[in-house]
Amino acid sequence: MNFNFKHEWVETNVGLMAVLTMLAISVGGLVEIAPLFLIDKTVEKVEGVRPYTPLEQRGRDIYMREGCYTCHSQMIRPFRDEKLRYGHYSLAAESQYDHPFQWGSKRTGPDLARVGGKYSNEWHVQHLVAPRSMVEVSVMPNYPWLLTTKLDISDIEARMRALRKVGVPYSLSRAEYDANVTKFGETVAPQLHIPDARKNLVEQANFGNYDGDPSGISEMDALVAYLQVLGTMVDFSKYSDDAFVDVR
Amino acid sequence: MATDTPSGAEPAEQYNFDIVKKFAVMSLVWAVVGMCVGVWIASELAWPFLNFDSPYFSFGRFRPVHTSAVIFGFGGSALFATSYYVVQRTCQARLFPDGLASFTFWGWQTVIVLAAVSYVLGYTQAREYAEMEWPIDILIEAVWVSYLIVFVGTIMRRKQPHIYVANWFYLGFILATALLHTFNNLAMPIDLFSMKSYSLFAGTQDAMTQWWYGHNAVGFFLTAAFLGMMYYFVPKHAGRPIYSYRLSIVHFWALCFMYMWVGGHHLHWTALPDWTSSLAAAFSILLLMPSWGGMINGIMTLSGAWDKLRTDPVLRFMIVALSFYGMSTFEGPMMSLKEVNALSHYTDWTVGHVHSGALGWVAMISFGSLYHMMPRLWNTRMWSPRMIEWHFWLATIGIVLYIVAMWISGITQGLMWRSFDEFGNLQYSFAESVAKMMPFYAMRAIGGMFFLTGTAMMALNMFMTIRQGQRENAAAVAGKLAHA
Repeated sequence: MNFNFKHEWVETNVGLMAVLTMLAISVGGLVEIAPLFLIDKTVEKVEGVRPYTPLEQRGRDIYMREGCYTCHSQMIRPFRDEKLRYGHYSLAAESQYDHPFQWGSKRTGPDLARVGGKYSNEWHVQHLVAPRSMVEVSVMPNYPWLLTTKLDISDIEARMRALRKVGVPYSLSRAEYDANVTKFGETVAPQLHIPDARKNLVEQANFGNYDGDPSGISEMDALVAYLQVLGTMVDFSKYSDDAFVDVR
Repeated sequence: MATDTPSGAEPAEQYNFDIVKKFAVMSLVWAVVGMCVGVWIASELAWPFLNFDSPYFSFGRFRPVHTSAVIFGFGGSALFATSYYVVQRTCQARLFPDGLASFTFWGWQTVIVLAAVSYVLGYTQAREYAEMEWPIDILIEAVWVSYLIVFVGTIMRRKQPHIYVANWFYLGFILATALLHTFNNLAMPIDLFSMKSYSLFAGTQDAMTQWWYGHNAVGFFLTAAFLGMMYYFVPKHAGRPIYSYRLSIVHFWALCFMYMWVGGHHLHWTALPDWTSSLAAAFSILLLMPSWGGMINGIMTLSGAWDKLRTDPVLRFMIVALSFYGMSTFEGPMMSLKEVNALSHYTDWTVGHVHSGALGWVAMISFGSLYHMMPRLWNTRMWSPRMIEWHFWLATIGIVLYIVAMWISGITQGLMWRSFDEFGNLQYSFAESVAKMMPFYAMRAIGGMFFLTGTAMMALNMFMTIRQGQRENAAAVAGKLAHA
């Protein structure tokens, strides 16, 4: 080289080596991650995707706590077999309020991205308590404690406030509430209002009675409420088959 | 390097070997614990009653205990031990400063214990290999900055102008891990007194950040750092210089630059934009070159000393490690091709691939290095060379059983999921594919048991070696006193 660069300079100067190493390891992430926040098309514009209700969000917390992501994905790929087995391929928009994402990396059990509405609540409860009573060859653990553990709702507002801080449009003020009415409609917006979180959670659990036991709200209520909403927010009959092709 | 002599000949206070010994011992403790849990969860998949209907033993909570105990407990402690040993020996300088080095030990062990306990109790960020909740992440950050200070501080005390190549790799690993850990764990706690937090990013951006971290946990924590180990212990143990100094320069910079691009190959065909995962795939293919460059550099270091492989099981650990490194760094780029990935992703093939790297490369090079280093630290010989032989064969057979089982089950799953019958319907239900896995899950668990047995043998052998060293040293001191 013309400017007579010698690798020896680097080998004899730990500061220079550290700086050059930092440069070398920073480029990849900058080029691949930063644009994902800047390019609008990264997350498609679709109707129907909304933040989770307080009960669904608590169910999602339990999904994470039990490590469901270690065996179940929530990301359907655009293949013929996956469309037949699971439904329309997953859109980025569908996980835009998921902090953190739960796409998963392994299917020891089937994908759950569109499990919502496929089975009855009773099926889910029985299957979670004793999977092999429903699917003989299943290797899933039994989760009997979900039915017997009362759902802790004491910190639901704190959880929603934390999610609001990281960008989920849960509302605190009247103005935020009104914005949600415009964005998500009059039925969804009240569910996203943090001051009413506890009331909403109790109402949804009592009305839905997901665990089949009307006497109290169990962790099972929350988890089944979450499973039943997965993949149901977007109405794909409104979109043509190739509506999302250009972003994939 | 040529002036290096066994540690026993050095004045005791020249180096801080106390910290190296502590980390080396804990590395073996975590190896046994982490692999026990690994065999346990592998068995749960074959025989689900082992979940015991208990939240504390259920697969979902137990699996991160396994990954954290082996990656951060076993691997991490082995890296602390060897990097502190290598940086002192090659710089001919004592660790700087002792107190901070001691903090890295107690801090790191606390991290592993807290992580394991918190997962079992249900506290998790639900991010693979980064499950630790925010208070533990902050402790990791503190330990890591201290590690950087100790490592760089010691390099700055070096007696000769050049920084030895093994230290470049350790430095790259420390810097990259700091960067990855910081950005992947940005989260909002729900309360200052609560363990629970929510990730700062969501959906696609969160997925890319996590796999940028996830793959570089492999690239830097489990590869670059262990290459540092390789660059010191292979030439040292073989008594030969590194095959090509020039190749090691290319190896280092190419590896550092390229690894950081490849995480997106974990997200092929997902809602991640196509440009990102395609770019990641391209770099994954390119990465084959520095990876194999490094492997060749390691293996060719033995040229002229091949006969030692027949008699020296420690060297055999190292050479098998390099062979598995070569194999998994070929398999990896292949699996990052979109067509292959369409079949392999979400299946056990991925699990097999990870373990051919983790058991074959990471664990084997660590075993080799620890077998070289630990008797020297206690100024003695290995208690039982025969047990090293046994360990070697148990480990090798265990790995082969494991990855063959996962290849068969993974490819079977992939093919069953995508088969159609003559009417164009799906041929198999998902449950049918699960039923087919049972014999391979059992085979994998048995492979794991072989590997674990070998590791337990090593731990026992090392325990006896340490006791033998302590006895001999005590006798030597007593002898000197008798003469005086």
